[in-house]
Amino acid sequence: MALELVFQIEGGDFSNAGKASSQIKKVLKQLNIDTRIIKRVVVAVYEAEVNVAAHAHRGQVKALFGETEVEVVVTDQGPGIENIEQAMQPGYSTASKEVREMGFGAGMGLSNIAKNTDNLHIESEVGKGTILTFRCNYS
Amino acid sequence: MKGKTKYHALKVDTEKCFGCTHCMKICPTEAIRIVDGVATIDQYRCVDCGNCLRACPVDAFYVEQNQLSHIEDFKYRVVLFPSVFIGQFSEIYSEGRIYEALLRLGFTHIFEVEQPALWLMESIKESSQELAEGPLISSFCPAIVRLIQSKYPSLTRNIAPRKAPHDLAAHFAIEQLKMQGANESEIGIFYVSPCSAKMAAVNQPVAEKESIVTGVINMKDLYNRIMRLLPANETTDTSGFRQYLSREGILWSLPRGEASWFKKRSMAIDGIHNVVKFLERLENDEVPKLDFLELKSCNQGCAGGILLTGNRFLTVERLQKRALRYPKASQINPEGVRKETVQKKLISDNVEPRPVFVLDQDRTRALEKMKKINNILCHLPGIDCAGCGAPNCHALAEDIVQGKARMTDCIFLQNKFIKELKVKPDKACANLERIWGKKRFEADCNKKGGRNEGF
Repeated sequence: MALELVFQIEGGDFSNAGKASSQIKKVLKQLNIDTRIIKRVVVAVYEAEVNVAAHAHRGQVKALFGETEVEVVVTDQGPGIENIEQAMQPGYSTASKEVREMGFGAGMGLSNIAKNTDNLHIESEVGKGTILTFRCNYS
Repeated sequence: MKGKTKYHALKVDTEKCFGCTHCMKICPTEAIRIVDGVATIDQYRCVDCGNCLRACPVDAFYVEQNQLSHIEDFKYRVVLFPSVFIGQFSEIYSEGRIYEALLRLGFTHIFEVEQPALWLMESIKESSQELAEGPLISSFCPAIVRLIQSKYPSLTRNIAPRKAPHDLAAHFAIEQLKMQGANESEIGIFYVSPCSAKMAAVNQPVAEKESIVTGVINMKDLYNRIMRLLPANETTDTSGFRQYLSREGILWSLPRGEASWFKKRSMAIDGIHNVVKFLERLENDEVPKLDFLELKSCNQGCAGGILLTGNRFLTVERLQKRALRYPKASQINPEGVRKETVQKKLISDNVEPRPVFVLDQDRTRALEKMKKINNILCHLPGIDCAGCGAPNCHALAEDIVQGKARMTDCIFLQNKFIKELKVKPDKACANLERIWGKKRFEADCNKKGGRNEGF
Protein backbone atom coordinates (compact mmCIF):
# COMPACT_ATOMS: atom_id res chain seq x y z
CA MET A 1 0.00 0.00 0.00
CA ALA A 2 1.44 3.25 -1.09
CA LEU A 3 1.06 6.72 0.32
CA GLU A 4 -0.27 9.31 -2.11
CA LEU A 5 0.24 13.06 -2.04
CA VAL A 6 -1.21 15.49 -4.59
CA PHE A 7 -0.18 19.09 -5.25
CA GLN A 8 -1.80 21.64 -7.60
CA ILE A 9 0.26 24.06 -9.69
CA GLU A 10 -0.95 27.20 -11.47
CA GLY A 11 0.59 28.25 -14.80
CA GLY A 12 2.85 31.28 -14.40
CA ASP A 13 3.14 30.85 -10.64
CA PHE A 14 6.90 30.49 -10.37
CA SER A 15 7.01 31.66 -6.78
CA ASN A 16 5.16 28.54 -5.70
CA ALA A 17 7.09 26.14 -7.90
CA GLY A 18 9.14 24.14 -5.41
CA LYS A 19 6.35 23.54 -2.90
CA ALA A 20 5.67 20.01 -4.10
CA SER A 21 9.35 19.10 -4.19
CA SER A 22 9.84 20.47 -0.66
CA GLN A 23 6.95 18.43 0.72
CA ILE A 24 8.10 15.31 -1.09
CA LYS A 25 11.55 15.83 0.37
CA LYS A 26 10.13 16.01 3.90
CA VAL A 27 8.32 12.71 3.45
CA LEU A 28 11.37 10.96 1.98
CA LYS A 29 13.55 12.19 4.85
CA GLN A 30 11.12 10.81 7.40
CA LEU A 31 11.12 7.50 5.53
CA ASN A 32 14.90 7.33 6.03
CA ILE A 33 15.73 7.29 2.30
CA ASP A 34 19.36 7.78 1.23
CA THR A 35 19.99 11.52 0.89
CA ARG A 36 21.53 11.15 -2.57
CA ILE A 37 18.32 9.56 -3.83
CA ILE A 38 16.27 12.31 -2.17
CA LYS A 39 18.29 14.94 -4.00
CA ARG A 40 17.58 13.28 -7.35
CA VAL A 41 13.85 13.12 -6.69
CA VAL A 42 13.75 16.72 -5.48
CA VAL A 43 15.64 18.02 -8.54
CA ALA A 44 13.37 16.08 -10.92
CA VAL A 45 10.13 17.19 -9.27
CA TYR A 46 11.31 20.80 -9.10
CA GLU A 47 12.12 20.82 -12.83
CA ALA A 48 8.69 19.38 -13.57
CA GLU A 49 7.01 22.02 -11.41
CA VAL A 50 8.86 24.79 -13.23
CA ASN A 51 7.85 23.26 -16.58
CA VAL A 52 4.19 23.45 -15.63
CA ALA A 53 4.56 27.02 -14.35
CA ALA A 54 6.44 28.06 -17.51
CA HIS A 55 4.33 26.42 -20.19
CA ALA A 56 0.96 25.17 -18.98
CA HIS A 57 -2.31 26.71 -17.75
CA ARG A 58 -2.42 24.48 -14.71
CA GLY A 59 -1.29 21.10 -13.57
CA GLN A 60 -0.81 18.72 -10.71
CA VAL A 61 1.95 16.66 -9.19
CA LYS A 62 1.00 13.30 -7.76
CA ALA A 63 3.59 11.41 -5.72
CA LEU A 64 3.08 7.78 -4.86
CA PHE A 65 5.44 6.54 -2.16
CA GLY A 66 5.85 2.77 -2.33
CA GLU A 67 8.07 0.48 -0.34
CA THR A 68 10.86 0.33 -2.90
CA GLU A 69 10.33 3.40 -5.05
CA VAL A 70 8.51 6.67 -5.43
CA GLU A 71 6.44 7.28 -8.55
CA VAL A 72 5.67 10.83 -9.65
CA VAL A 73 3.00 11.74 -12.19
CA VAL A 74 2.86 15.32 -13.42
CA THR A 75 -0.24 16.11 -15.43
CA ASP A 76 -0.90 19.47 -17.05
CA GLN A 77 -3.41 21.23 -19.23
CA GLY A 78 -1.29 23.17 -21.66
CA PRO A 79 0.15 23.41 -25.16
CA GLY A 80 1.59 19.89 -25.16
CA ILE A 81 4.91 18.92 -26.74
CA GLU A 82 5.13 18.66 -30.51
CA ASN A 83 8.36 16.73 -30.76
CA ILE A 84 9.23 14.89 -27.55
CA GLU A 85 12.60 13.69 -28.80
CA GLN A 86 13.65 17.24 -29.60
CA ALA A 87 12.33 18.54 -26.25
CA MET A 88 14.51 15.99 -24.48
CA GLN A 89 17.68 17.49 -26.00
CA PRO A 90 19.65 19.49 -23.43
CA GLY A 91 19.43 23.18 -24.32
CA TYR A 92 16.34 22.93 -26.52
CA SER A 93 13.74 25.37 -25.24
CA THR A 94 10.40 26.78 -26.32
CA ALA A 95 10.15 29.04 -23.27
CA SER A 96 8.96 32.59 -23.87
CA LYS A 97 11.22 35.62 -23.54
CA GLU A 98 9.48 36.56 -20.28
CA VAL A 99 10.12 33.15 -18.74
CA ARG A 100 13.78 33.26 -19.82
CA GLU A 101 14.17 36.70 -18.32
CA MET A 102 13.03 35.26 -15.01
CA GLY A 103 15.96 32.87 -15.11
CA PHE A 104 14.03 29.81 -16.21
CA GLY A 105 13.61 28.08 -19.56
CA ALA A 106 17.24 27.19 -20.27
CA GLY A 107 16.12 24.01 -21.98
CA MET A 108 17.52 21.70 -19.33
CA GLY A 109 14.24 20.68 -17.67
CA LEU A 110 13.32 17.40 -19.33
CA SER A 111 16.91 16.25 -19.78
CA ASN A 112 17.55 16.95 -16.11
CA ILE A 113 14.49 14.92 -15.13
CA ALA A 114 15.66 12.05 -17.34
CA LYS A 115 19.13 12.22 -15.82
CA ASN A 116 17.86 12.04 -12.24
CA THR A 117 15.14 9.40 -12.55
CA ASP A 118 15.09 5.71 -13.36
CA ASN A 119 12.18 5.63 -15.72
CA LEU A 120 10.79 8.67 -17.52
CA HIS A 121 7.75 8.36 -19.69
CA ILE A 122 6.14 11.28 -21.55
CA GLU A 123 2.72 11.32 -23.13
CA SER A 124 1.60 14.49 -24.81
CA GLU A 125 -1.16 15.79 -27.01
CA VAL A 126 -0.63 19.10 -28.77
CA GLY A 127 -3.13 21.70 -27.63
CA LYS A 128 -4.31 19.60 -24.69
CA GLY A 129 -1.52 18.78 -22.29
CA THR A 130 1.25 16.54 -21.13
CA ILE A 131 1.55 13.64 -18.71
CA LEU A 132 5.00 13.03 -17.27
CA THR A 133 5.61 9.84 -15.31
CA PHE A 134 8.88 9.00 -13.61
CA ARG A 135 10.13 6.72 -10.87
CA CYS A 136 13.03 6.76 -8.47
CA ASN A 137 14.16 3.59 -6.80
CA TYR A 138 15.12 4.02 -3.14
CA SER A 139 18.32 2.03 -3.43
CA MET B 1 26.89 7.97 20.27
CA LYS B 2 23.56 6.21 20.44
CA GLY B 3 22.09 5.68 23.86
CA LYS B 4 24.50 8.16 25.39
CA THR B 5 22.74 10.83 27.38
CA LYS B 6 23.02 14.17 25.70
CA TYR B 7 24.12 17.04 27.86
CA HIS B 8 21.95 20.13 27.68
CA ALA B 9 22.61 23.55 29.09
CA LEU B 10 18.93 24.52 29.04
CA LYS B 11 16.71 23.42 31.91
CA VAL B 12 13.13 24.12 32.89
CA ASP B 13 12.29 25.41 36.34
CA THR B 14 9.07 23.47 36.93
CA GLU B 15 8.07 25.83 39.75
CA LYS B 16 8.07 28.84 37.43
CA CYS B 17 6.84 27.21 34.22
CA PHE B 18 3.09 27.25 33.78
CA GLY B 19 2.90 25.65 30.36
CA CYS B 20 2.05 28.77 28.34
CA THR B 21 3.30 27.16 25.06
CA HIS B 22 5.32 30.20 23.88
CA CYS B 23 8.55 28.20 23.92
CA MET B 24 6.97 25.16 22.32
CA LYS B 25 5.75 27.16 19.34
CA ILE B 26 9.06 28.88 18.65
CA CYS B 27 11.34 25.84 19.01
CA PRO B 28 12.98 25.24 15.60
CA THR B 29 13.20 21.46 16.11
CA GLU B 30 9.80 20.92 17.77
CA ALA B 31 11.60 19.54 20.81
CA ILE B 32 9.16 20.80 23.47
CA ARG B 33 5.89 19.28 24.68
CA ILE B 34 3.71 20.23 27.65
CA VAL B 35 3.39 17.40 30.14
CA ASP B 36 1.66 17.77 33.51
CA GLY B 37 1.40 21.52 33.01
CA VAL B 38 5.06 22.23 32.28
CA ALA B 39 7.40 22.34 29.29
CA THR B 40 9.54 19.25 28.81
CA ILE B 41 12.45 19.12 26.39
CA ASP B 42 13.22 16.13 24.16
CA GLN B 43 16.95 15.77 24.66
CA TYR B 44 17.55 14.21 21.25
CA ARG B 45 15.84 17.00 19.36
CA CYS B 46 17.07 20.00 21.39
CA VAL B 47 20.01 21.85 19.81
CA ASP B 48 20.43 24.27 22.74
CA CYS B 49 19.70 27.32 20.57
CA GLY B 50 17.96 29.07 23.47
CA ASN B 51 14.92 30.41 21.61
CA CYS B 52 12.74 28.92 24.35
CA LEU B 53 14.57 30.91 26.99
CA ARG B 54 14.12 34.06 24.94
CA ALA B 55 10.39 33.45 24.42
CA CYS B 56 9.55 32.57 28.02
CA PRO B 57 7.45 35.28 29.72
CA VAL B 58 8.25 34.07 33.25
CA ASP B 59 11.98 33.19 33.01
CA ALA B 60 11.28 29.52 33.62
CA PHE B 61 14.20 28.43 31.44
CA TYR B 62 17.61 28.67 32.96
CA VAL B 63 21.11 27.83 32.00
CA GLU B 64 23.21 25.79 34.32
CA GLN B 65 25.32 27.84 36.61
CA ASN B 66 28.94 28.67 36.84
CA GLN B 67 31.84 26.69 37.89
CA LEU B 68 33.46 29.88 39.14
CA SER B 69 34.17 28.54 42.61
CA HIS B 70 36.94 26.29 41.31
CA ILE B 71 39.08 29.17 40.18
CA GLU B 72 40.93 29.26 43.50
CA ASP B 73 42.27 25.76 42.79
CA PHE B 74 44.62 27.10 40.15
CA LYS B 75 47.73 29.22 40.29
CA TYR B 76 47.10 30.60 36.80
CA ARG B 77 43.44 31.58 36.55
CA VAL B 78 42.62 32.41 32.96
CA VAL B 79 39.37 33.99 31.87
CA LEU B 80 38.45 33.64 28.19
CA PHE B 81 35.62 35.72 26.85
CA PRO B 82 34.32 36.60 23.41
CA SER B 83 34.53 40.26 22.36
CA VAL B 84 30.75 40.63 22.58
CA PHE B 85 31.22 40.63 26.34
CA ILE B 86 32.84 44.08 26.09
CA GLY B 87 30.23 45.16 23.52
CA GLN B 88 27.32 44.78 25.91
CA PHE B 89 28.64 47.37 28.37
CA SER B 90 27.74 51.00 27.89
CA GLU B 91 30.57 53.02 26.30
CA ILE B 92 31.10 55.01 29.48
CA TYR B 93 32.92 51.94 30.85
CA SER B 94 36.32 51.68 29.21
CA GLU B 95 37.81 48.32 28.25
CA GLY B 96 40.52 48.97 30.83
CA ARG B 97 38.03 49.28 33.67
CA ILE B 98 36.25 46.08 32.64
CA TYR B 99 39.59 44.27 32.48
CA GLU B 100 40.53 45.58 35.91
CA ALA B 101 37.25 44.35 37.37
CA LEU B 102 38.05 40.88 35.99
CA LEU B 103 41.38 40.93 37.81
CA ARG B 104 39.60 42.01 40.99
CA LEU B 105 37.33 39.01 40.62
CA GLY B 106 40.39 36.81 41.05
CA PHE B 107 41.58 36.05 37.54
CA THR B 108 45.29 36.36 36.84
CA HIS B 109 45.18 36.33 33.03
CA ILE B 110 42.64 37.64 30.53
CA PHE B 111 42.24 36.51 26.93
CA GLU B 112 39.56 37.47 24.47
CA VAL B 113 38.76 34.34 22.47
CA GLU B 114 39.36 36.08 19.17
CA GLN B 115 43.12 36.30 19.49
CA PRO B 116 44.87 35.32 17.31
CA ALA B 117 41.90 34.85 14.96
CA LEU B 118 44.01 34.55 11.84
CA TRP B 119 45.44 31.18 12.89
CA LEU B 120 42.08 29.46 13.11
CA MET B 121 40.72 31.13 9.98
CA GLU B 122 43.78 29.97 8.03
CA SER B 123 43.23 26.45 9.27
CA ILE B 124 39.53 26.57 8.32
CA LYS B 125 40.44 27.78 4.84
CA GLU B 126 42.87 24.89 4.47
CA SER B 127 40.16 22.40 5.43
CA SER B 128 38.06 23.52 2.46
CA GLN B 129 40.58 21.80 0.19
CA GLU B 130 39.63 18.45 1.71
CA LEU B 131 35.99 18.99 0.78
CA ALA B 132 34.77 17.16 -2.32
CA GLU B 133 31.81 19.39 -3.17
CA GLY B 134 29.48 22.06 -1.89
CA PRO B 135 30.28 24.95 0.39
CA LEU B 136 32.37 24.60 3.51
CA ILE B 137 30.04 25.22 6.44
CA SER B 138 31.44 26.97 9.48
CA SER B 139 31.63 24.96 12.70
CA PHE B 140 31.53 28.19 14.72
CA CYS B 141 27.99 27.93 16.11
CA PRO B 142 27.31 24.69 18.03
CA ALA B 143 23.52 25.13 17.79
CA ILE B 144 23.83 25.13 14.00
CA VAL B 145 26.18 22.14 14.00
CA ARG B 146 23.65 20.19 16.09
CA LEU B 147 20.80 21.34 13.87
CA ILE B 148 22.62 20.05 10.79
CA GLN B 149 23.42 16.75 12.51
CA SER B 150 19.79 16.11 13.35
CA LYS B 151 17.81 17.76 10.56
CA TYR B 152 20.20 17.95 7.57
CA PRO B 153 22.41 14.88 8.08
CA SER B 154 23.59 14.87 4.46
CA LEU B 155 25.27 18.25 5.03
CA THR B 156 27.41 17.13 7.99
CA ARG B 157 30.28 16.32 5.63
CA ASN B 158 30.40 20.00 4.65
CA ILE B 159 31.06 21.17 8.21
CA ALA B 160 34.65 22.30 8.72
CA PRO B 161 36.48 19.78 10.92
CA ARG B 162 37.91 22.56 13.05
CA LYS B 163 37.33 23.55 16.67
CA ALA B 164 35.75 26.73 17.95
CA PRO B 165 37.40 30.09 18.71
CA HIS B 166 37.42 29.38 22.45
CA ASP B 167 39.57 26.31 21.79
CA LEU B 168 41.97 28.49 19.83
CA ALA B 169 42.19 30.96 22.69
CA ALA B 170 42.54 28.21 25.30
CA HIS B 171 45.43 26.51 23.50
CA PHE B 172 47.04 29.86 22.79
CA ALA B 173 46.75 30.86 26.44
CA ILE B 174 48.20 27.55 27.64
CA GLU B 175 51.16 27.77 25.26
CA GLN B 176 51.86 31.34 26.32
CA LEU B 177 51.72 30.55 30.02
CA LYS B 178 53.89 27.48 29.55
CA MET B 179 56.49 29.74 27.96
CA GLN B 180 56.38 31.86 31.09
CA GLY B 181 57.18 28.79 33.14
CA ALA B 182 53.72 27.56 34.08
CA ASN B 183 52.98 23.89 34.53
CA GLU B 184 49.87 22.80 32.57
CA SER B 185 48.23 21.40 35.72
CA GLU B 186 48.47 24.80 37.39
CA ILE B 187 46.41 26.46 34.66
CA GLY B 188 42.65 26.80 34.98
CA ILE B 189 40.83 27.99 31.84
CA PHE B 190 37.40 29.56 32.40
CA TYR B 191 35.31 30.34 29.37
CA VAL B 192 32.59 32.96 29.50
CA SER B 193 29.78 31.75 27.28
CA PRO B 194 27.37 34.06 25.44
CA CYS B 195 24.79 31.31 24.96
CA SER B 196 23.42 27.94 25.99
CA ALA B 197 24.71 26.26 22.84
CA LYS B 198 28.34 27.05 23.56
CA MET B 199 27.84 26.04 27.17
CA ALA B 200 26.55 22.65 26.07
CA ALA B 201 29.35 22.35 23.51
CA VAL B 202 32.01 22.87 26.17
CA ASN B 203 30.41 20.32 28.46
CA GLN B 204 29.86 17.85 25.66
CA PRO B 205 31.89 18.75 22.56
CA VAL B 206 30.36 17.86 19.20
CA ALA B 207 33.43 16.44 17.47
CA GLU B 208 36.22 15.99 19.98
CA LYS B 209 36.90 13.81 22.99
CA GLU B 210 36.82 16.43 25.69
CA SER B 211 37.12 20.16 25.94
CA ILE B 212 40.29 21.93 26.93
CA VAL B 213 38.26 24.38 29.01
CA THR B 214 38.21 23.85 32.81
CA GLY B 215 34.94 25.61 33.57
CA VAL B 216 32.19 27.59 31.88
CA ILE B 217 30.83 30.88 33.16
CA ASN B 218 27.40 32.24 32.36
CA MET B 219 27.95 35.64 30.70
CA LYS B 220 24.90 37.22 32.28
CA ASP B 221 26.13 36.27 35.73
CA LEU B 222 29.62 37.61 35.04
CA TYR B 223 28.14 40.86 33.71
CA ASN B 224 26.39 41.43 37.03
CA ARG B 225 29.52 40.61 39.02
CA ILE B 226 31.63 42.96 36.90
CA MET B 227 29.12 45.81 37.19
CA ARG B 228 29.49 45.56 40.97
CA LEU B 229 33.29 45.56 40.83
CA LEU B 230 33.92 48.23 38.17
CA PRO B 231 36.55 50.66 39.43
CA ALA B 232 35.87 54.38 39.11
CA ASN B 233 39.15 54.97 37.29
CA GLU B 234 41.74 52.88 35.54
CA THR B 235 44.66 52.28 37.87
CA THR B 236 46.48 49.39 36.19
CA ASP B 237 47.56 49.16 32.58
CA THR B 238 45.83 46.07 31.24
CA SER B 239 46.54 46.75 27.55
CA GLY B 240 49.15 43.96 27.52
CA PHE B 241 46.34 41.42 27.67
CA ARG B 242 44.94 42.80 24.43
CA GLN B 243 48.13 42.92 22.39
CA TYR B 244 47.12 40.15 19.99
CA LEU B 245 43.55 41.29 19.45
CA SER B 246 42.74 42.36 15.90
CA ARG B 247 40.05 44.26 14.04
CA GLU B 248 38.77 41.11 12.34
CA GLY B 249 38.93 39.23 15.63
CA ILE B 250 36.60 41.68 17.35
CA LEU B 251 34.06 41.35 14.53
CA TRP B 252 34.42 37.56 14.18
CA SER B 253 31.27 36.59 16.07
CA LEU B 254 29.08 39.16 14.30
CA PRO B 255 27.28 38.58 10.97
CA ARG B 256 29.83 38.29 8.10
CA GLY B 257 32.62 38.13 10.69
CA GLU B 258 33.76 34.80 9.27
CA ALA B 259 32.46 35.10 5.71
CA SER B 260 34.50 38.27 5.18
CA TRP B 261 37.70 36.19 5.37
CA PHE B 262 36.62 34.48 2.18
CA LYS B 263 36.96 37.01 -0.57
CA LYS B 264 34.71 35.30 -3.07
CA ARG B 265 31.47 33.35 -3.02
CA SER B 266 30.69 33.39 0.67
CA MET B 267 27.44 34.00 2.47
CA ALA B 268 26.46 34.73 6.06
CA ILE B 269 23.07 33.92 7.56
CA ASP B 270 22.01 34.71 11.10
CA GLY B 271 18.91 33.60 13.01
CA ILE B 272 18.15 29.89 13.28
CA HIS B 273 14.80 30.12 11.50
CA ASN B 274 16.52 31.87 8.57
CA VAL B 275 19.21 29.20 8.62
CA VAL B 276 16.56 26.44 8.45
CA LYS B 277 15.03 28.02 5.33
CA PHE B 278 18.42 28.37 3.69
CA LEU B 279 19.56 24.83 4.48
CA GLU B 280 16.37 23.45 2.89
CA ARG B 281 17.43 25.19 -0.33
CA LEU B 282 21.04 24.16 -0.03
CA GLU B 283 19.98 20.55 0.36
CA ASN B 284 17.95 20.80 -2.87
CA ASP B 285 20.86 22.41 -4.76
CA GLU B 286 18.77 25.54 -5.19
CA VAL B 287 21.57 27.96 -4.29
CA PRO B 288 24.43 29.25 -6.43
CA LYS B 289 27.90 27.77 -6.01
CA LEU B 290 29.45 28.88 -2.73
CA ASP B 291 32.84 28.37 -1.15
CA PHE B 292 31.94 29.23 2.42
CA LEU B 293 28.80 29.47 4.46
CA GLU B 294 28.67 31.20 7.82
CA LEU B 295 25.59 30.22 9.82
CA LYS B 296 24.78 31.64 13.22
CA SER B 297 21.82 30.68 15.36
CA CYS B 298 21.20 34.10 16.91
CA ASN B 299 20.11 37.22 15.05
CA GLN B 300 23.11 39.58 14.83
CA GLY B 301 25.38 36.64 15.63
CA CYS B 302 26.79 36.36 19.13
CA ALA B 303 25.78 39.96 19.86
CA GLY B 304 22.30 38.44 20.10
CA GLY B 305 23.44 35.59 22.37
CA ILE B 306 20.85 34.70 24.97
CA LEU B 307 23.20 35.28 27.89
CA LEU B 308 24.01 38.84 26.85
CA THR B 309 22.57 41.88 28.56
CA GLY B 310 21.28 44.85 26.63
CA ASN B 311 20.40 45.45 23.03
CA ARG B 312 22.11 43.42 20.32
CA PHE B 313 22.28 46.31 17.85
CA LEU B 314 23.98 48.54 20.40
CA THR B 315 26.47 45.75 21.08
CA VAL B 316 27.25 45.52 17.37
CA GLU B 317 27.63 49.30 17.20
CA ARG B 318 30.12 49.39 20.06
CA LEU B 319 32.13 46.52 18.64
CA GLN B 320 32.31 48.12 15.22
CA LYS B 321 33.69 51.30 16.75
CA ARG B 322 36.04 49.32 18.94
CA ALA B 323 37.35 47.29 15.99
CA LEU B 324 38.54 50.46 14.25
CA ARG B 325 40.97 51.11 17.09
CA TYR B 326 42.71 47.77 16.63
CA PRO B 327 45.25 46.67 14.00
CA LYS B 328 44.44 44.29 11.17
CA ALA B 329 44.89 40.57 11.86
CA SER B 330 47.70 40.32 9.29
CA GLN B 331 49.73 42.85 11.29
CA ILE B 332 49.68 40.72 14.42
CA ASN B 333 52.37 38.14 14.90
CA PRO B 334 52.57 36.69 18.40
CA GLU B 335 56.15 36.02 19.42
CA GLY B 336 57.30 32.83 21.04
CA VAL B 337 54.23 30.63 20.61
CA ARG B 338 54.47 28.57 17.45
CA LYS B 339 51.50 28.88 15.14
CA GLU B 340 51.81 25.25 14.01
CA THR B 341 51.68 23.95 17.60
CA VAL B 342 48.35 25.66 18.21
CA GLN B 343 46.92 24.95 14.74
CA LYS B 344 47.57 21.24 15.13
CA LYS B 345 45.35 21.20 18.20
CA LEU B 346 42.45 22.88 16.44
CA ILE B 347 41.73 19.99 14.09
CA SER B 348 38.63 18.11 15.22
CA ASP B 349 36.99 14.87 14.19
CA ASN B 350 34.43 14.96 11.41
CA VAL B 351 30.93 15.80 12.52
CA GLU B 352 28.74 12.69 12.44
CA PRO B 353 25.14 12.77 11.22
CA ARG B 354 22.58 12.06 13.93
CA PRO B 355 19.16 12.05 12.28
CA VAL B 356 16.29 12.23 14.77
CA PHE B 357 13.35 12.95 12.50
CA VAL B 358 13.17 9.53 10.83
CA LEU B 359 9.83 7.89 11.64
CA ASP B 360 11.21 4.37 11.77
CA GLN B 361 14.46 2.66 10.80
CA ASP B 362 12.37 0.06 9.00
CA ARG B 363 11.05 1.54 5.75
CA THR B 364 7.85 -0.49 5.61
CA ARG B 365 6.96 0.59 9.12
CA ALA B 366 7.98 4.18 8.38
CA LEU B 367 5.66 4.20 5.38
CA GLU B 368 2.82 2.79 7.48
CA LYS B 369 3.37 5.50 10.07
CA MET B 370 3.47 8.19 7.42
CA LYS B 371 0.13 7.01 6.08
CA LYS B 372 -1.33 7.00 9.57
CA ILE B 373 -0.07 10.54 10.14
CA ASN B 374 -1.79 11.72 6.98
CA ASN B 375 -4.96 9.94 7.98
CA ILE B 376 -4.91 11.44 11.50
CA LEU B 377 -4.33 14.89 10.03
CA CYS B 378 -7.65 14.59 8.19
CA HIS B 379 -9.38 14.51 11.57
CA LEU B 380 -7.38 17.18 13.43
CA PRO B 381 -8.65 20.78 13.24
CA GLY B 382 -5.47 22.15 11.64
CA ILE B 383 -5.38 25.37 13.65
CA ASP B 384 -2.19 24.51 15.54
CA CYS B 385 -3.69 25.67 18.83
CA ALA B 386 -1.29 23.62 20.97
CA GLY B 387 -4.17 22.65 23.26
CA CYS B 388 -2.96 19.06 23.05
CA GLY B 389 0.47 19.90 24.47
CA ALA B 390 2.22 19.58 21.10
CA PRO B 391 3.29 22.60 19.00
CA ASN B 392 0.97 21.92 16.05
CA CYS B 393 -1.44 19.38 14.61
CA HIS B 394 1.25 17.70 12.54
CA ALA B 395 3.48 17.23 15.59
CA LEU B 396 0.55 15.70 17.51
CA ALA B 397 -0.14 13.30 14.62
CA GLU B 398 3.53 12.26 14.71
CA ASP B 399 3.42 11.79 18.47
CA ILE B 400 0.29 9.65 18.15
CA VAL B 401 1.84 7.24 15.64
CA GLN B 402 4.98 7.07 17.78
CA GLY B 403 2.84 6.07 20.75
CA LYS B 404 3.57 9.24 22.70
CA ALA B 405 0.09 10.79 22.50
CA ARG B 406 -3.54 9.86 21.87
CA MET B 407 -6.29 11.07 19.56
CA THR B 408 -8.22 12.29 22.60
CA ASP B 409 -5.37 14.69 23.46
CA CYS B 410 -6.83 16.96 20.78
CA ILE B 411 -9.40 19.09 22.57
CA PHE B 412 -11.55 19.34 19.42
CA LEU B 413 -11.69 15.61 18.88
CA GLN B 414 -12.29 15.11 22.57
CA ASN B 415 -15.42 17.25 22.42
CA LYS B 416 -16.59 15.38 19.38
CA PHE B 417 -16.01 12.04 21.10
CA ILE B 418 -17.95 13.22 24.17
CA LYS B 419 -20.86 14.22 21.97
CA GLU B 420 -20.74 10.83 20.24
CA LEU B 421 -20.65 9.21 23.71
CA LYS B 422 -17.33 7.56 22.88
CA VAL B 423 -15.55 9.20 25.82
CA LYS B 424 -16.98 9.89 29.27
CA PRO B 425 -16.68 13.54 30.39
CA ASP B 426 -14.72 12.71 33.55
CA LYS B 427 -12.22 10.67 31.55
CA ALA B 428 -11.84 13.55 29.11
CA CYS B 429 -11.15 15.91 32.00
CA ALA B 430 -8.57 13.55 33.48
CA ASN B 431 -6.88 13.47 30.10
CA LEU B 432 -6.62 17.26 29.97
CA GLU B 433 -5.26 17.27 33.52
CA ARG B 434 -2.55 14.86 32.46
CA ILE B 435 -1.33 17.38 29.89
CA TRP B 436 -2.03 20.66 31.64
CA GLY B 437 -1.86 19.73 35.32
CA LYS B 438 -4.69 19.94 37.84
CA LYS B 439 -4.06 23.56 38.75
CA ARG B 440 -4.94 24.75 35.26
CA PHE B 441 -8.61 24.21 36.05
CA GLU B 442 -8.70 26.08 39.33
CA ALA B 443 -9.84 29.70 39.37
CA ASP B 444 -6.84 31.85 40.27
CA CYS B 445 -6.86 35.65 40.04
CA ASN B 446 -3.07 35.75 40.28
CA LYS B 447 -2.64 33.28 37.48
CA LYS B 448 0.28 33.89 35.22
CA GLY B 449 -0.41 34.24 31.53
CA GLY B 450 -3.17 35.70 29.43
CA ARG B 451 -2.95 39.28 30.67
CA ASN B 452 -1.29 41.37 27.96
CA GLU B 453 1.59 39.05 28.27
CA GLY B 454 4.41 39.73 25.89
CA PHE B 455 3.56 43.41 25.41
